[in-house]
Amino acid sequence: MNALLIMPIVLPLLFGVLLLLFWQHRFLQRSLALISGLAQLGVAIALLTRVWGGDVYAVSLGNWPAPFGIVLVVDLLSAIMLFMGTLIGVVMTVYSFASMDSERASFGFYPIFNLLMMGVNGSFLTGDVFNLYVWFEVMLMSSFILLALGGERKQMEGAIKYVTLNLFASALFLAAVGILYGKVGTLNMADIAVKLGEIEDPRMISTIGMLFLVAFGIKAAVFPLFFWLPASYHTPPITVTAIYAGLLTKVGVYTLIRFFTLIFNQEIGFTHQLLMVMAAFTMVSGVLGAAAHYEVRRLLAFHIISQIGYMIMGLALYTPLAIGGAVFYIAHNMVAKTNLFLISGVVNRLRGHYDLKKLGGLYAAYPWLAILFLISAMGLAGVPPLSGFFGKLTLVLAAVEQGRWIMVTVALFTGLLTLYSMTKIWAEGYWKKAPEEPAAIEPLVGSERLFLMLPVVVLALGTVLMGAFAGVLIDLALRTGEQLLAPAAYIEAVLGGAR
Amino acid sequence: MELFTAILIGTLYAAAVFCLLQRHLVKLIFGLILLSHGANLLIFVSARLSREAAPLIPSHLRLPETAMADPLPQALILTAIVISFAVLAFALILCHRTYQSARTDDIDELNTTEL
Repeated sequence: MNALLIMPIVLPLLFGVLLLLFWQHRFLQRSLALISGLAQLGVAIALLTRVWGGDVYAVSLGNWPAPFGIVLVVDLLSAIMLFMGTLIGVVMTVYSFASMDSERASFGFYPIFNLLMMGVNGSFLTGDVFNLYVWFEVMLMSSFILLALGGERKQMEGAIKYVTLNLFASALFLAAVGILYGKVGTLNMADIAVKLGEIEDPRMISTIGMLFLVAFGIKAAVFPLFFWLPASYHTPPITVTAIYAGLLTKVGVYTLIRFFTLIFNQEIGFTHQLLMVMAAFTMVSGVLGAAAHYEVRRLLAFHIISQIGYMIMGLALYTPLAIGGAVFYIAHNMVAKTNLFLISGVVNRLRGHYDLKKLGGLYAAYPWLAILFLISAMGLAGVPPLSGFFGKLTLVLAAVEQGRWIMVTVALFTGLLTLYSMTKIWAEGYWKKAPEEPAAIEPLVGSERLFLMLPVVVLALGTVLMGAFAGVLIDLALRTGEQLLAPAAYIEAVLGGAR
Repeated sequence: MELFTAILIGTLYAAAVFCLLQRHLVKLIFGLILLSHGANLLIFVSARLSREAAPLIPSHLRLPETAMADPLPQALILTAIVISFAVLAFALILCHRTYQSARTDDIDELNTTEL
């Protein structure tokens, strides 16, 4: 178990370094990247099966006993996030074979992508606040490079905004860690939870919590801290955008869920009420931004924000059902959202641009692609029997259970607007006649077709299967919610040896 | 001493935010540098400033004899300094490349992706 738990971090590091050695070797780069992705996915599946029953495992690195050493912890939430993250990693690796131009591919895309995965996996597993900061920086540094790789002017402009806001968030995070350490004298998350429980005055803790909320809120792109996202996500190549959409903001959401269930649960009436307001505004502002745009990548970038709102809403409602719904929603969103970006990448390959006003006639020309788009788009919008429906249903049920009628209204209204912008893409891009004869572009054949379409098909299938097996998955998500709201098991697993 | 450091940290943060709000690319970098310094000092202070002995335990003892300074914050700051050094070096190069490709150092003109 110990070896298994560190694998999600060691594997990408090892392969990242290996890939650096074979810098220019195209075939080796690709195959090593794929092996790395599959190995990580395998480890994630193994970890998920271990914790499936509700156990929590922790390993103290270097045999320094908790709370003094750094611990890696895997519970249901970590394992699910790890599985989804590595799945997206594999899919994106395959997709990049055909979509990444050879200049970028031979200039360190694969090594950096592996290091990015290391940061993401590390963030999901660590049980130490400062260690989380370090993983965040690993992840950020790699994402900076991926964003700027290629050096086009628009990439630089996007990167400046992305880098500044994320460094600002990191500085806040670091300051919050420092103040928290000054208050409780420990960095171990489980130990912090115990120590904070003994403090009489919850106001001081909530103040520290607010610093974390702003820091993670910027990373997760919640209202009113999301402005860097639509300004930067559409500037790099679509592969990079899809990686960001599928992975990075979800890491922010993961840390919010972790911190505001395990550590900052003293003043629910204040902190989670605030989260609720943020969630509502995030949903609405994101979806309204999406409604205004006709550039597919920008439209989808605004949708990322809107969907983050649903996840935060689940956290804010703070019942097992709601948090379970949020976890299911994260998993569903990683699949559906990434696929929408991948499909628009295919469209860009076929038509040479992303502008809905100039697109058209895709359904007539590529009916299969259109159907795959429709599955993912309807899944995202929450049309039964696809995955998004069950995610929204669970969240709305949880809100009804608590009598939060405003949240119910906002969630349903946002769902409606999501459906509107998805049908907008469908009508403009696929259904209407092409306004001008598309320039002749060579058709997709052979390996390019395989590498572009296989990920799309797999993820579309994922949306369908998550809907078909929603019973099992929501059951799992519910157990995750229960586990998160009863952090005693987590604390026991981490500190068990020390007490 | 703590009061003085607290005022210093506050000044650093204020100066950082002031720089970040400027339109000049280089001032953006200055802002980020000052911000990371402020955060590092904050960790230093929040773990108490003291004149205690260095955290060394004699080899025949398992526990220290007198009160000791907490060594952990210094380790944290060291890590944070290394990280911010790397990140800021990247940010500096990024600004340089942006200036090269956009031929402007005015942040307000970096809006072609929004149009």
